[in-house]
Amino acid sequence: MIEESMAMIDSNAQQQAAAVPLLSIAGLRKSYGAVEVLRDVSFDLCKGKTVVVIGPSGSGKSTLLRCINLLEPIDEGTIVFDRQKISGTDAHGHHVRIDIGMVFQNFELFPHLTAIENIMLAPVEVRKVPKAQARDTALALLEKVHIPDKADAFPDELSGGQQQRVAIARALAMNPKLMLYDEPTSALDPEMIKEVLDVILELSNEGMTSVVVTHEMSFARRAADEIVFMDGGRVIERASSERFFGGEVHPRAQKFIQTILH
Amino acid sequence: MTRGEYFFHYLVSVAFVKGAGMTLLITITSLLIGMGVGLILALGQGSRFGAMRSLTLTYLWLFRGTPVLFQLIFVFNVLPAFGIVLSGFASAVLALGLNEGAYMAEIMRSGIQAVGRGQRTAGRALGMTEWKVMRFIVLPQAFRIIIPPIGNQFIGMLKLSALVSVIAVQDLLLIANQTASANFRYLEALGAAGIYYLVLTTIFMAVQGRVERWANRRGRRGTMQPRSLTQRLIAWTSGQVAIR
Ligand SMILES: Nc1ncnc2c1ncn2[C@@H]1O[C@H](COP(=O)(O)OP(=O)(O)O)[C@@H](O)[C@H]1O
Ligand SMILES: [Mg+2]
Repeated sequence: MIEESMAMIDSNAQQQAAAVPLLSIAGLRKSYGAVEVLRDVSFDLCKGKTVVVIGPSGSGKSTLLRCINLLEPIDEGTIVFDRQKISGTDAHGHHVRIDIGMVFQNFELFPHLTAIENIMLAPVEVRKVPKAQARDTALALLEKVHIPDKADAFPDELSGGQQQRVAIARALAMNPKLMLYDEPTSALDPEMIKEVLDVILELSNEGMTSVVVTHEMSFARRAADEIVFMDGGRVIERASSERFFGGEVHPRAQKFIQTILH
Repeated sequence: MTRGEYFFHYLVSVAFVKGAGMTLLITITSLLIGMGVGLILALGQGSRFGAMRSLTLTYLWLFRGTPVLFQLIFVFNVLPAFGIVLSGFASAVLALGLNEGAYMAEIMRSGIQAVGRGQRTAGRALGMTEWKVMRFIVLPQAFRIIIPPIGNQFIGMLKLSALVSVIAVQDLLLIANQTASANFRYLEALGAAGIYYLVLTTIFMAVQGRVERWANRRGRRGTMQPRSLTQRLIAWTSGQVAIR
């Protein structure tokens, strides 16, 4: 009898755990001086899901990502990550960022370090992982992003696509709970876009919770559980991938998709 | 002995070799102190705290606003009045190092600023503290950027070190001067000292070339063109040097 009720409480707790989002943003506002860049942005992201954020240039997508991992202080609203309210804890932002990986448009690999040194740096210096172990993890990650033979190459010896894949491996090496991608393929030559998007898609499919800012619509269609369309610092539309690409979307989003596709 | 024989005799004498060694030691030690002080000043200038920025500004004002020779004599003669008695060598490297720091600060600052914002953001995004970002990402890259100007400072310091003869440190110039004043063979003694200075300068340039090549290999290729010794010499003889 008691055991049964305990079991019930257990399963209730599990169901609740599934329902609690990994990332929850409510009423987020952010201004640079007099310019309001984010106006009342809210959305939730459950564990294992991928949200693709689209929107015209200047709509606040990068700022949103930088607010999520506390690189930028916010003016109003709350950010809850992994059940902790992280907004307002900017002084300890580095603790939060250990668990949130970020990938940039311009890769931002460290040019004075080889690929594998780039990947090992934060695990060794921040997480205090022993070097040998960090090295093994790094090699496995290079394999995962399909460039196992580039471990000892310097960034400037790699193509853009390879650099971005090293950057993804570098973020993954910290074993993050959430990945943020800020236009990861915008700086790439067309022939390299696919190799990077494929890696992101694989990670997504394996259950990595992700926020991806991109203009790649075919990727969005395949990878996204949800699409967020932003314009002028607001979320104009939040829709499942099916609904979004099924055409039932806000006219502004519709118009934006048309401009991208042409 | 002929003039030539005197010259050669001085060139290979133990006293001159020791003097050159002292000059080299003072140069390297002062420069290292200068780099440390310069780095602290550069970080102070970029500090969030106003008091820190004022403090570094005051330092720069004091050490750039007075002659280095004055600072040298001040450290040697005035500090003992406050109970701080330093040897000639210690006074020399302290004064030259503190002075060098005031000039090195600007070099360090420009090197640090040359490392892009995106690099710091990438470091922070990996969970690094500001200090770790500095230590592992910004400073290693800044160091590679400032190798050429530091090489110039090195040569500048070699020449500046001749000033220490005024506080009786047995450097190359003082040895040469003392030797010559004993028998008035100024041309021979100073000629030998001059040879040592030129040899040291040239060795520095060659070492600098080595270090630049190493830095080029470790990333940031393309920011520095490899230069031959002759190109270096031309650049150096045509460059402007801060007057102290
Ligand atoms: N550090 C900053 N200081 C001032 N304005 C900024 C800063 N970063 C972004 N902005 C402004 O905020 C707006 C949104 O920028 P951003 O988030 O980069 O948009 P997106 O990534 O969607 O192109 C732009 O108008 C931009 O000029
Ligand atoms: Mg952007």
